[in-house]
Amino acid sequence: MTRTLMEGSEAIAEAMVAAGCRFFAGYPMTPFTEVLEHMAKKLPAHGGVCMNAESELEAVGMAWGAAATGTPAATGSVGQGLSLMQESLSEITLARIPLVVLNMSRGQSDYYQATRGGGHGDYRHLVLAPMDVPEAVELVQLAFHWSEKWRNPVLVFGDYYLAHTYQSVDVVPIDFGPLPARSWALDGSTGGTGQAKLLSPLGDVKQRDDVGYDLEDYYLRRAAETAAMVDGEPALVETGFLEGAEVVVVAHGTPGKYVRFAVQAMRADGLPVGFVRPISLFPFPTEVVAAASARARAVVVYENSMGQMIDDVRLAVLGRAPVHFIGGLTLDKSGFGIGPDNDVLVIRSRIEAVLQGLSSDALGSVEGANA
Amino acid sequence: MTAENRGTVVPTEQPPEEPVSLVDDFTPALIDVGAHPLCPGCGEPVAMRSILEAVADLDAIQRAIAVFGIGCYTAFSNNLDCEVLQALHGRAPSLATGIKRAKPDAVAFTIQGDGDMVNEGLQEVIHAAARGENITCFMLNNGVFGETGGHLTATTVLGQRTKNTLEGRNAKDHGYPIRLSNLLAELDGATYVARAAVNSAGNVAKAKRMIKRALDVQLRGEGFSFVEILTMCPTGWFIETQEAPGYLTDNLAAVHAIGVVKDQRA
Repeated sequence: MTRTLMEGSEAIAEAMVAAGCRFFAGYPMTPFTEVLEHMAKKLPAHGGVCMNAESELEAVGMAWGAAATGTPAATGSVGQGLSLMQESLSEITLARIPLVVLNMSRGQSDYYQATRGGGHGDYRHLVLAPMDVPEAVELVQLAFHWSEKWRNPVLVFGDYYLAHTYQSVDVVPIDFGPLPARSWALDGSTGGTGQAKLLSPLGDVKQRDDVGYDLEDYYLRRAAETAAMVDGEPALVETGFLEGAEVVVVAHGTPGKYVRFAVQAMRADGLPVGFVRPISLFPFPTEVVAAASARARAVVVYENSMGQMIDDVRLAVLGRAPVHFIGGLTLDKSGFGIGPDNDVLVIRSRIEAVLQGLSSDALGSVEGANA
Repeated sequence: MTAENRGTVVPTEQPPEEPVSLVDDFTPALIDVGAHPLCPGCGEPVAMRSILEAVADLDAIQRAIAVFGIGCYTAFSNNLDCEVLQALHGRAPSLATGIKRAKPDAVAFTIQGDGDMVNEGLQEVIHAAARGENITCFMLNNGVFGETGGHLTATTVLGQRTKNTLEGRNAKDHGYPIRLSNLLAELDGATYVARAAVNSAGNVAKAKRMIKRALDVQLRGEGFSFVEILTMCPTGWFIETQEAPGYLTDNLAAVHAIGVVKDQRA
C-alpha cells in the first residue's frame, strides 16, 4: 500500500486510468479543469488519448466516437458545460454506448440535471456522488464498470471541494467482476459481411429495406433495458444512528460528510438524530429513506442548493413524516459553492433548531389538549 | 469488347416474356438493398453509391466506419453493409475524430448534408480540418433542407426559392451563402478539398475520382480530406425532376464552383 497525498482531481484522473479509461476529451472550466490537465498528462503514457476539445459539444462528440469503438472513454465538465452536452448524452444513451461523465459541479445545484438529465427521450443515467477523495477513487472505477455492464452512461457528481482537496489515497485497480464482451463495438471489420454493425439512437438492427427504422420496437426495448438496469443495481447508501432517531438528516456528496460528522457529535451529546447519505443518487435509496422516516418525527434535507434532492426524499417519505429543508445556496463571490454554510457548526445549529421545533410542537399539542 | 464479356444474346424474333432490365448486378458491395425511400431525381443515392464504390475500390470495406449526420441521406444508415455510427445533426466530425483517435486503423468518414454541416455544426468541420484530423468528411450539398420539405440553408444560393424564402433568397434579408470548400481550403490542416457534382455522367465519374483521392489521403495518414458533392433536390427546389441536373449547373454550381480547391497530397 502506497498512500500518496494527491489533489482530488489528480486522484480522479488516476482512478480513471486504473479503471481502463483510454480516451478522454474535455474543455477547461473550473473546477473540472484540473481533471483535464491530469488526463492530458497521464493518458498518453498509458497508450491513451486526451483531446483538448474546442468546445464541450465537441468533447462529448469525440468521447462518443471513441466509446463507440469499445474504448473505455470519459468526458465531463461542470454543470454549465454539461448543459451544452445534454443533447449528445441523450443520443449516446439511446444508442447504448457506455460512457463515464464527470460533473465537477459548482455547489449542488445540478442535482436535477444529474439525476433527471436535460436531454430528450426516455433515458436515465446512473449517478454516483462521492463525499471525498478516497470514495471518489472507488466510485469513479465503479462508474466505468457500471457503464460497460449496462451499456449506459454513468455520471459522477463531484464538486469544488472534491476537485481541489488534497488527501492521502492509494489508487489501485478494483476488480468488480467480469463484464460482457464488447461485441457491439465498431472497428469496421463487419463491413461487407452482410452483418455490418450499427450504433444508433434509432435502432441497432439494420432493416435492410426501404422502410426505415422501427422506432416503436427500439424505444420499447430501450425502456425495458433501462428498467432492468434500475432494478439490477441496488442503490448505494450509508446510514448512521438511525436507531431511535427522531430527526433523520439526508445529505449527499461533500455536505453529506459534514452532516455525518455533525450528527455523530450530536449523538455523542445524547441528541436523537441520525443520517442517511445517498451514495448513488440514481437509483435513489428510496427504501432506506422510507424505513428511516417511518420511525422518525421529522426528516430534514441539507443541500448546497435551493433544494432539489428534497423531491426524491419526499417521494420516499410519502407523508410518513414532515420533510424540512435546512440547506440553501452557500456562495462566495466566485460562485463555486464554497460559501460559509459548509460548516459543521452551522449544520448542527440547523438540525438543533428542528429538534427544538419538535419539542415546542409537542408542548403546543399538550396545551391544545388542555384547552 | 472481347468475346467473353459480350454477354448472352437476347432473342429478338419475338416479344420477350418479361422485360430485360438487369444485365448485371450493379449494386455496390456495401449496399445491401438498392431500394431507398428518397424522391425520384434525388442526387444523394448517386453520391452515396460513389462513396461506397470508392471505399470498395480502395479495399477498405472491412476498416470503414461511416458516421452519418441527419438528413434525407440518413435513410442509407439503415441499409448499407458498412459499419455505421449515427451522429446528431451537425456533430459527425467530432465522432469521426473520436473513432480515428481511438482506432487509427479504421477508415472514418462522415456523411453530412449542407444543413447538417454548414448550419448546425459548422464549427465541428472547421475545427476537425484545422486539427488536420486524419478523417474524411463528405458533404452532400443541395442548398436546401430537403428532409423538412425545402427550407433555406447556409449554402442556399441567392435567388433560390425555398419554403421560407418564397421570393428567392436575397442578401438583404437572408445574407449570403457560405462556400464551405473554399473556407476549409484556407486551413493549414486541410490536405485535400474538392467540390464535385452528380448531375451528369461525366461529373459522377469526376466525383468518384475526388472521393477516392480524399479517402486515399486518409489511408496515407496525410491529414484532413473533404469532398463537397452538389446533389439534385427537385422536390426541395420545386422543379420538374428532369430539370434538376440543369438547375444544379445554372444555380448551385454557379456559386459553388466544381473542381479541386486544394490538393497538398504528398
